[in-house]
Amino acid sequence: MLVELCNSARIGEETTYWAGMALREALANAIKHGNKLNPEKSVFVRLCIQPEDELHIEVEDEGEGFDPGAIADPTSPDNLMRSSGRGVFYMRQFMDEVKFAAGGRGGTRIELKKRLGPRRTT
Amino acid sequence: MKTKVRDVGAVRILDCEGKITIGSGDVELRQQIEDAVNAGHTNILLNLKAVTHIDSSGIGELVGCYTTIARKGGKMKLLNLTPKINDILHVTQLITVFDVFDNEAEAIGSFKS
Repeated sequence: MLVELCNSARIGEETTYWAGMALREALANAIKHGNKLNPEKSVFVRLCIQPEDELHIEVEDEGEGFDPGAIADPTSPDNLMRSSGRGVFYMRQFMDEVKFAAGGRGGTRIELKKRLGPRRTT
Repeated sequence: MKTKVRDVGAVRILDCEGKITIGSGDVELRQQIEDAVNAGHTNILLNLKAVTHIDSSGIGELVGCYTTIARKGGKMKLLNLTPKINDILHVTQLITVFDVFDNEAEAIGSFKS
């Protein structure tokens, strides 16, 4: 769906790729850490391109909330060889803005924004 | 992810193709590494030329495999990073951990030193 949206707006392949990677991480985070793999719970996704030429992605889970401040820096020497804990870091690297907010369903809403550069001509 | 397994001398080469991502390629990679280690291979070369995506789970799996093999006294090295995988290894700073090659013969030779 993201790729279709980006293609329809002639967004470049690089931007689409990295936004897709960030969306993948947000979804994994919502399913695994938010909803704790509970198949009864849903994840809500909203994708749009704003007039100010930004791609906005929102991913909301039905978990019990999440403290992004509790995440350790995965690039610090103590954490570099850990096999987990890089999901939020990935999102922050690939998007221009990453925000965590309380979702309307008791869980967490992750808001991702990416400024869009010149569009493809073909 | 699809994987082709080759042995060149004492080096097991895994030609990986597709995605190393949560729930699919990450498990496959771990299994391939476990199989290699159980078969007595401790020199592993991962050819990532045809890998299109590595998410945070995939990167975590690379780190886990590297540590598993190091504990057995072996080495895992990387071959043919695509520009995007190279970017990911730089931003995660794991480029400082892995030995990376863009020439297979050179990579194989490096296990002898």
